[in-house]
Amino acid sequence: MANTMLSRCSLLALLCVDSAIAAEMPLNMTKGVTEISQQVYGLHMTIFYICCGIGLVVFGAMFWSIVHHRKAKGVQPAQFHESTKVELLWTAIPVVILVLMAIPATQTLIAMEDTTKSDVTVLVTGSQWKWHYKYLEYPVEYYSLLATPAKQIQNKLQKNENYLLEVDRPLVIPTGKKVRFLMTSDDVIHSWWVPAFAVKKDANPGFINEAWTQVNEPGTYRGQCAELCGKDHGFMPIVVVAKSPDDFNQWIEAEGARLAKLKAAEQELLSMQMTMAEAMTLGEKVYQGYCAACHQAGGTGLPGVFPALKGSKMATLADQKAAHINIVLNGKAGTAMQAFGKQLSLQEIAAVISYERNAWDNNTGDLVQAADVQAAKNGQKE
Amino acid sequence: MSTISTDPHHHADHGHHHPPAGLKRWFYTTNHKDIGTLYLLFALTMFFIGGAMAMVIRAELFQPGLQLVEPAFFNQMTTVHGLIMVFGAVMPAFTGLANWLIPMMIGAPDMALPRMNNWSFWILPFAFAILLMSLFMEGGGPGFGWTFYAPLSTKYSGDSTALFVFSVHIMGISSIMGAINVIVTIFNLRAPGMTWMKMPLFVWTWLITAFLLIAVMPVLAGTVTMVLTDKYFGTSFFDAAGGGDPVLFQHIFWFFGHPEVYIMILPAFGIVSSIVPTFSRKPLFGYASMVYATSSIALLSFLVWAHHMFTTGMPVFAELFFMYCTMLIAVPTGVKVFNWVATMWRGALTFEVPMMFAIAFIVLFTIGGFSGLMLAITPADFQYHDTYFVVAHFHYVLVTGAIFSIIAAAYYWLPKWTGHMYDETLGQWHFWCSLISVNVLFFPMHFVGLAGMPRRIPDYALQFADFNALISIGGFAFGLSQLLFVWLLVKCIKGGQPATAQVWEGAEGLEWQLSSPPPYHSFTTPPDVK
Repeated sequence: MANTMLSRCSLLALLCVDSAIAAEMPLNMTKGVTEISQQVYGLHMTIFYICCGIGLVVFGAMFWSIVHHRKAKGVQPAQFHESTKVELLWTAIPVVILVLMAIPATQTLIAMEDTTKSDVTVLVTGSQWKWHYKYLEYPVEYYSLLATPAKQIQNKLQKNENYLLEVDRPLVIPTGKKVRFLMTSDDVIHSWWVPAFAVKKDANPGFINEAWTQVNEPGTYRGQCAELCGKDHGFMPIVVVAKSPDDFNQWIEAEGARLAKLKAAEQELLSMQMTMAEAMTLGEKVYQGYCAACHQAGGTGLPGVFPALKGSKMATLADQKAAHINIVLNGKAGTAMQAFGKQLSLQEIAAVISYERNAWDNNTGDLVQAADVQAAKNGQKE
Repeated sequence: MSTISTDPHHHADHGHHHPPAGLKRWFYTTNHKDIGTLYLLFALTMFFIGGAMAMVIRAELFQPGLQLVEPAFFNQMTTVHGLIMVFGAVMPAFTGLANWLIPMMIGAPDMALPRMNNWSFWILPFAFAILLMSLFMEGGGPGFGWTFYAPLSTKYSGDSTALFVFSVHIMGISSIMGAINVIVTIFNLRAPGMTWMKMPLFVWTWLITAFLLIAVMPVLAGTVTMVLTDKYFGTSFFDAAGGGDPVLFQHIFWFFGHPEVYIMILPAFGIVSSIVPTFSRKPLFGYASMVYATSSIALLSFLVWAHHMFTTGMPVFAELFFMYCTMLIAVPTGVKVFNWVATMWRGALTFEVPMMFAIAFIVLFTIGGFSGLMLAITPADFQYHDTYFVVAHFHYVLVTGAIFSIIAAAYYWLPKWTGHMYDETLGQWHFWCSLISVNVLFFPMHFVGLAGMPRRIPDYALQFADFNALISIGGFAFGLSQLLFVWLLVKCIKGGQPATAQVWEGAEGLEWQLSSPPPYHSFTTPPDVK
């Protein structure tokens, strides 16, 4: 703690800000909650102090010169213009400092890249603009979406404490275990970053990267996508909840059971019919969560980038209904349109298509049911 | 070749060499000074256009939430701001300075390839017109960052990508032609007695820069061409589904991109190495080691590109290699800074505006160098990478580095170019306003970056709000301060106290032997080189 204050003060001294303000505003890199993140913090502070030291000497000499060697004082300029001894010295000293710095940096780096002997493995998949987590040892996988309401972003509602850093379903990991992350992407490059773990690794489409962490303190840790990934790059946060192994086991069992139940319910739903009102309510919710980022809340799209749904042929013509179901299920290759068949339940897909075909004066009166979507899915398989 | 001819016939009808009047002079000119002026005015215009985009960015980031622009447009602003400042402001400004100064500094009448010189400038406005027009297309301009990482720039980009690619091609052709001209001029047109180790450092640093340009601009051209064919012609260089690799893009891009960083700073080293001795009234300390340091930086710049890519999942061995090489660059860079300080040491200093900007350059560029050294430490880079810490770092080296050096150069040589002294009081106002605002603008970016704010986001979490408001205020103030510079330039071009040939008491070099303003053809007979 004393160390943090010390580092904050030294950073502050550079900006000459009253230290009372500093307590509320984060100024420095987090120490984080893992052994690695603390080593990284240590490296950061070491190199920072080295830079301060060099800066002090160099700028000190310079300002001494500015004060004492000014023409206004009537000094005569010296005429020396080289000194092999001095020049060799100030080439050699930095080399020594750098070598000394490289040693701990190398040690930490090698430890960071050692992903062997992990206890739990999570496959992290980025896509525009959400994260998907799949536990390789457990039957659990789900998407994690930004939970901040659009109205807060548009300044129509008071912003939450964790504005833009909150998700609907956080990643849950056990404490005291080595958790390995496999990173990949469905579309463009994303980067999974949680500062408290000092883990930042790119999620490259078509390739798998590895990273790991071991968190010892239960808690909630927040991060963001770090690689520009398109329009809503700023709106795909990461939240990780670390639970004790017992709590984690309980959670993962409950989560597995919940997902299994959903799957079972999906089969039952095939024979059930949603009313138009139900479809519109559920459809709007799904639309805002998954579709509005591109096609916009009013279905207008962004001209030239994302097509409009309002008044579009696909969402209004009766003979395009099958194509509509197909594109939502399977996406459109070569564009940002994703295959939502993997992401949403049959009922959700049915509802969102019904919504798109009836909202914003599209008024087709078409009501799509889960069974229709299932039929379209089966049709493909044959 | 007539303009560089020294045969007596041309001396006889010297009168024909006065420039034609009106617009024709500027379109047809093959004169190094006219072309230098065109480059510099073009760069200044682009600086304000790119700056206006920065103002849009800072206005949106003034408070959390989305207020002024949509995220898609925000991304277009960051992208085009970067492209314009790199290719439209900094690089043409340095080429303009090279045009004006290299012939005068080496005792030549003009650049060696004057017609190519005309062309290398006049294709630039078209390049930037294409880029800027793309912003008005349906779907907007390029929004994938100035680094245009695939596949965001290929499969997932809009149709403006084609315009972006062609505009970058033209910029590249222009730079390559400019670089060829510099090399040919320096190799062939040095006055008798102007040996390699007598050349002013500005000439040396530009010569090395020109070689870097020729080495890497074709790589950039190749990169954008691969983006073009991936997007429109079905190739899969950067698409794993077709056997390509998106990380390959980054390797190729940064193989261009890192030497590009030094292209934007080596001429600045040359400028500061000219200004500091003049106002210290003392020869540059360690001339030879400056030349060697510049060359080593240029060579090392080809071995460090992947330090931009530590998070892409490189093998640990590669990460170590690039970390060590990057740390090594600090050594020759340090030598330069030490030499400048040693030049000032026990001099007789005065503090005219060029010296003020040069001193600010040394201090603030060094701060940018420090954060660069911190970024080299790979484990720490995992925390810094793609945050505002990086934004702070490269704005310190590019704004308070490259751009401050360009402004310093403008003040230093303005009396030579125009024949008038600039308004010193106004210049000091410009300096102090710029110095304070630029630090309010960029210094707090270190803090928000360390605290975890990613770059290229249009909206941010609440803990970053106070600093972002402060940064925006600094940004607006820095933007406004530059209007003082325009005012000063206009005043100085229109009139002012006549300048002597030497202009500055401590100035040494061939350009100060010519009158102020210099004759239309710099040295029609070779000068004596001491």
